[in-house]
Amino acid sequence: MENLKILEDRKGQVFEKGKDKFDLLCGVKSASGAVSQRACVFCGSRVVLYPITDALHLVHGPIGCAAYTWDIRGSLSSGPSVNRMSFSTDLRELDVVYGGADKLYKAASSLIDKHSPKAAFIYSTCIVGLIGDDVESVCRKLTLEKGIPVIHVDSEGFKGTKKDGYRAACEALAKLVGTGDISGVVPVSINILGEFNLAGEAWIIRDYYRRMGVNVNAVITGDARVEDIKRAHGAALNVVQCSGSMTYLAKIMEEKYKIPYIRVSYFGLEDMTSALYDVAAFFKDSPEILERAKTVVKGEVDAIMGELLKYRNELRGKKAALYVGGAFKAFSLIKALRVIGMDVVLAGSQTGNKEDYEDLKKISDEGTIIIDDANPQELSRFITEKKADILIGGVKERPIAYKIGIGFCDHNHERKTALAGYEGMLNFAREVYSSVMSPVWKFVPRNDAFGGKRGRP
Amino acid sequence: MLLRHTPKEIKERSALTINPAKTCQPIGAMYAALGVHKCLPHSHGSQGCCAYHRSALTRHYKEPVMAGTSSFTEGASVFGGQANLLEAINNIFTIYNPDVIAVHTTCLSETIGDDLNQIISKAKEEGKVPAGKYVIKANTPSYVGSHVTGFANMVKGIVDAFPVNTGKRTNTINIIPGYVEPSDMAEIKRIAAELGVKAIVFPDTSNVLNGPQTGKYEMYPSGGAKIADLIKAGDSAATIALGPIASGPAAKALDAKCKVPCEILNLPIGIRATDEFVDRLRILGGVCVPESIATERGQVIDVITDNQQYFAGKTAALIGDPDQLVSLAGFLTDIGIKVRHVVTGTAGKKFEKRVKDVAGGDVNVKEAGDYFYFHQLIKNEKVDIMFGNTYSKYISRDEDIPLIRFGFPIYDRTGHQYIPSAGYRGAMRLVEKILNAILDRQDRDAAEEKFELVM
Repeated sequence: MENLKILEDRKGQVFEKGKDKFDLLCGVKSASGAVSQRACVFCGSRVVLYPITDALHLVHGPIGCAAYTWDIRGSLSSGPSVNRMSFSTDLRELDVVYGGADKLYKAASSLIDKHSPKAAFIYSTCIVGLIGDDVESVCRKLTLEKGIPVIHVDSEGFKGTKKDGYRAACEALAKLVGTGDISGVVPVSINILGEFNLAGEAWIIRDYYRRMGVNVNAVITGDARVEDIKRAHGAALNVVQCSGSMTYLAKIMEEKYKIPYIRVSYFGLEDMTSALYDVAAFFKDSPEILERAKTVVKGEVDAIMGELLKYRNELRGKKAALYVGGAFKAFSLIKALRVIGMDVVLAGSQTGNKEDYEDLKKISDEGTIIIDDANPQELSRFITEKKADILIGGVKERPIAYKIGIGFCDHNHERKTALAGYEGMLNFAREVYSSVMSPVWKFVPRNDAFGGKRGRP
Repeated sequence: MLLRHTPKEIKERSALTINPAKTCQPIGAMYAALGVHKCLPHSHGSQGCCAYHRSALTRHYKEPVMAGTSSFTEGASVFGGQANLLEAINNIFTIYNPDVIAVHTTCLSETIGDDLNQIISKAKEEGKVPAGKYVIKANTPSYVGSHVTGFANMVKGIVDAFPVNTGKRTNTINIIPGYVEPSDMAEIKRIAAELGVKAIVFPDTSNVLNGPQTGKYEMYPSGGAKIADLIKAGDSAATIALGPIASGPAAKALDAKCKVPCEILNLPIGIRATDEFVDRLRILGGVCVPESIATERGQVIDVITDNQQYFAGKTAALIGDPDQLVSLAGFLTDIGIKVRHVVTGTAGKKFEKRVKDVAGGDVNVKEAGDYFYFHQLIKNEKVDIMFGNTYSKYISRDEDIPLIRFGFPIYDRTGHQYIPSAGYRGAMRLVEKILNAILDRQDRDAAEEKFELVM
């Protein structure tokens, strides 16, 4: 591994705290040929909008884009599930030659008639722009004919990175916001932006705010209904959780509806608590909200602290590596890992920006590797060099950790238990603990006394 | 009821696919390329395609899957992807040092009209391809065919690139194993070795996508067809292509290129299809079938005869890829199970005839179908067991029909990577799975007084 070369173009995207002068390059497109862990514009839009459960999601393009995004995100619904179906215009060669707009119109029209969704999202994929389909006009026509908003998500894959896809999704959402009736929305109301209800997390968070006396007007987009989004402009405050994906929408709403926003994170005790107190502080005219928040926090922390301390004792000094989508999540995870006694030796993200990485550097320990848009070789090299005991990442990182023979925790779409909120912190600690401490690591080569005994031939 | 939206009444649909039973070409090409030793697949398109394929293969194999991408941007889509691919080739050989880069196209680069031959030639002229290294290619537009077509195209790409006819025929037999699991490829190799036939098997993803825990991440695992063997494949005595759709085009191309005659057989899934494979291998290799193989065959037949009463009259519905389905439908028919519905997402006019030839004329067969249609067939005529990939589980749950996972992708169970369903041993595994499904169901549903201990 020591002779691993970092792609010349990528040198600026790796940094070791205490060693290198900090000027991390990020927000750049991946070098051609790089084995990057990044995705495309469509992917970004699809993951953000997918959890809107009573909307129709139709992918306009060849079959792959729909096939690979069919129900892969564990965003739970408390009701409708039409979003879990995979609809595609399945463009074929003749469509590419003659255009696919007619096919799109027919497909969308029949689906809307059949499922009566509250809105429809039509996603453009790479070739749609190239072949010149006028998706906008199909959407306009359908909107008039069907009496529901039919929204074009301008998500041609090559037009940027996943971040640009988030932006396209925000633009699509912005078309819905402001079109609903807000007369029934109570004054002490917030929207939660960038919470996708993976493993039911939005339900947990909603409940905390409810107990504080704060009404959650809309969660965008976890377990969302089109109606909620339409009246999102009725809230007094936007609380932005996954900053990478949703800050843009918050900014649009700030400008258009004068709704301020705050950035929060629901991961870890510290950040979760701030997320509640910051909201309470916003509603300072109702001091009872803060009082109730304190009660919620105390009750929740008391309930989990005993078990957390047990893990902390056992995990103390163990090392973790993080590779996540957005850098903001990395901050929370670093803090959460400290709570359970662990050190972070590598922190990386697919889509962090300059300020994110500055902040990341500030809270990291000396020697921590900070990395933007990592490839598997780099990840594996730094994990091995820094002797990490666990990798926290997503689907493509999982087998790398297991090949090296260390623990893994999915903090992405494939998480199996809620990791947000206080009970999420406990779940996280349990998962990290059970993976780091799993007895199976005794069989991996670095610990396997028997492995060498193969006998002489 | 996750699929509560599926109505019983079937209507013709032309513009819309609901819950696809296929995916696009490039992922098949990527999988095939991983079956060449020290080969890095390369996706010539947007970054998302590559990320999706790697994620899908990772979910299915639980192994790291490596591939590069040209990372197209708006500029590339206007001016063409040549600059991206040239840069990629240069970067990949410099940094990742594979022996082979296997480039496949995407809908984007195909629509733009990038000419891979020309770009690769230019890369060679510019000295971007080091001596002894290869750049091979396949055109895999996502709007034509399916993942199976993409696999077939990349296997043909391997044939276009490597085999050389030196004029000295060997007694080696080439085997193109088809779009099957690494475990199946290993089993096919084992059968050939057991027969004493010298075989070159390609592509071969065993020990690439089902490797052992080694304690280190290796970009290029130990498996995969070796370049030296692929070159020699041009001198082989014959080629056996397993699965006409996935392997046929490459076998024919090899015949045309190097005059290696080919025989195209069904995938060796089930007894009859394995018999054909073993028999052709025996004749072409000039060998006798050893006792060990005869015993394996005898054992699986023994288990089938012991349990034939449980298969008799049971009905099955199958969804998946065409080559697999034909062999599986034949096998189920052979053991007494009535195949009722067979749906593949891949288009192909011969599919219906192939299925009906092995499973009888009154089976509902559909090419270019989807899960929605498959579900409707089942709603109209319920069956006792289903075979399909992980996405079948929604129907299985809603209709309360036991599911045997078979095909690609399987995201929610393990074993397919390591334990074959090809060959006689594979047939044994299938029989075990089918019996377990049927008997578990019988136990679950049995009235207390009819709950049997000995079955």
